[in-house]
Amino acid sequence: MSATKKNPVRTTRRQFLSAAAGGGAAVTAQSILPVSAAEIEGLPPEVADWSRYLGEGVDAYPYGQPSKFESHVVRRNVPWLTASVESSINFTPLHELDGIITPNGLCFERHHAGVAEVDPAEHRLMINGLVEKPLIFTMADILRFPRTNKVFFLECAANSGMEWRGAQLNGCQFTHGMVHCVMYTGVPLKLVLQEAGLKTNAKWIMPEGADAAGMNRSVPLDKALDDCLLAFKMNGEALRPEQGYPLRLVVPGWEGNMWVKWLRRIEVGDQPWHTREETSKYTDLLEDGRSRRFTWAMDCKSVITNPSPQAPLLHKGHNVLSGMAWSGRGTVERVDVSLDGGRNWRHARIDGPSFDKAVHRFYFEFDWQGEPLLLQSRAIDSTGYVQPTKDELRAVRGTNSIYHNNGVQTWHVRAGGEVENVEVS
Amino acid sequence: MSKLARSIAFAGVLALAAGPVFAGTYSLGREAAPVEVSAWDIDVRPDGQGLPEGGGTVADGEILFQERCAACHGDFGEGLDRWPVLAGGQGTLAGENPVKTIGSYWPHLSTVFDYVRRAMPFGDAQSLVPNEVYAITAYLLYLNDVVEDEDFELNKANFTSIKLENEGGFMADDRPDTPNLAKSAPCMTDCKPEVVITKRARVLDVTPDGGDEGGPAID
Repeated sequence: MSATKKNPVRTTRRQFLSAAAGGGAAVTAQSILPVSAAEIEGLPPEVADWSRYLGEGVDAYPYGQPSKFESHVVRRNVPWLTASVESSINFTPLHELDGIITPNGLCFERHHAGVAEVDPAEHRLMINGLVEKPLIFTMADILRFPRTNKVFFLECAANSGMEWRGAQLNGCQFTHGMVHCVMYTGVPLKLVLQEAGLKTNAKWIMPEGADAAGMNRSVPLDKALDDCLLAFKMNGEALRPEQGYPLRLVVPGWEGNMWVKWLRRIEVGDQPWHTREETSKYTDLLEDGRSRRFTWAMDCKSVITNPSPQAPLLHKGHNVLSGMAWSGRGTVERVDVSLDGGRNWRHARIDGPSFDKAVHRFYFEFDWQGEPLLLQSRAIDSTGYVQPTKDELRAVRGTNSIYHNNGVQTWHVRAGGEVENVEVS
Repeated sequence: MSKLARSIAFAGVLALAAGPVFAGTYSLGREAAPVEVSAWDIDVRPDGQGLPEGGGTVADGEILFQERCAACHGDFGEGLDRWPVLAGGQGTLAGENPVKTIGSYWPHLSTVFDYVRRAMPFGDAQSLVPNEVYAITAYLLYLNDVVEDEDFELNKANFTSIKLENEGGFMADDRPDTPNLAKSAPCMTDCKPEVVITKRARVLDVTPDGGDEGGPAID
């Protein structure tokens, strides 16, 4: 009955071990952090509570949650970036994640009018414009089309946008956290458009969201017919509300703003609409005052996620450097890592699946004896494109572009293991 | 044949007879009625496609703007707090701190109409009738000195004759625009003589939990 009762011997034993720690016996030789008494609980020769007493039964959490010891692994907002939380952004904690898949609850959020709460039974998708027959689909109709499963990254075009004028935010969550990568289950958009019958002068589509922003973008028909999906599942379960439940557009490799959430309508046309999000926003202002528009593809990019400002080096000796790389134009063929600010480079090891337009995971194992490091990664994609330095980008674009900053990131590791976001010569 | 079976068979015939001739392979979805399409099809293009009947004056727009828009955008479109600035900024695009407004940056007036009609006022979208959207759009032209007469009426007939200053300021995507090193193999050793730190995040100290607030807004 008293399954969680404390072991009465424990206090004495812990005190003994604490005393021993003071003498250095419990401190590993290479650790640069002190070991506290709390860390000793449950370690040999102690027997931990969880090894003695019963845990919670099944159904304690009908929908499982991460361990309470992972409660710090959450999306984070940068309040000064935007005027309201309903039209704002938060960031994926990249430094806490591994592999190539982002857990659904950690995929960054970007809304323009808050999260629409859509009842799937009342959701409709309309196809109109230059089609033989305008159609309305229920979600049940969408689920009767042939399906496909694909892993794709989604990156906001403004990811790293705060860094154009120099190092600003300390943490890859904030500098690079507007990217996620999940497996989508959905219907090829081509099949749904063909169901309505495209007229011969059709050249563009305009997806539109059911949220209070009515998000709309122009997408060239070639892309729509090539690899776009109408997705209803992510990582096997229904889309999260903040990711467009029950239906979102997937535009592989292209900027996240085009992946319209809560998709309610697709109009087919013969020219682009020049909507607010493709004119006043998501256009790239250059130094001479002109702007690039329709800059859809996300260029090849990488970042070291560990170590990074939120994930300092804790131990001398053998360490694992980890990072992620992606390209909107194909697969990532290679990642190089530098420990000295770009003077010398070595090949990192790409591990795990290599999917087209998806995140790739890379590792670099190294020995660290407390010397300062200037960590960089540079990725090369299947088109041969090499991730540029930030100064190479500034040389051609200036510093007012906001969007499409895919420059090489530098982390300064100090002697104590702390890491700072810096730029180097 | 039982009565039940007869009614099932009859229903089947009815369904077949009523079923539309589909262009598609899967016979999924139903045809959208014209009234359904027109209710949802609210987009407007630069060539005027999608503009509803109606019109509104600068003077009407000023009253509406004070009631429905000024709480965020300011009385003169100057933008309160971090809400978008709607007016001014002409001549700043090539400078150090560009101010991107309807007057200085937006290429097409149709974008204003389309966006206000679908998304504004923030939190009360699609509450404005077409005449009100015309009037607010007219007032935004006035705030940006595109029109100067308070009696000016913007309407479906004259809409596409209004041009914005920066229409020609946009160019096609010409990336990749940085050196493509792969063709000559990127440098691997002794790539630069020395490396010094030139910029540090801690100088700005704007990371959440880092203390001060600051930095330019991205939206």
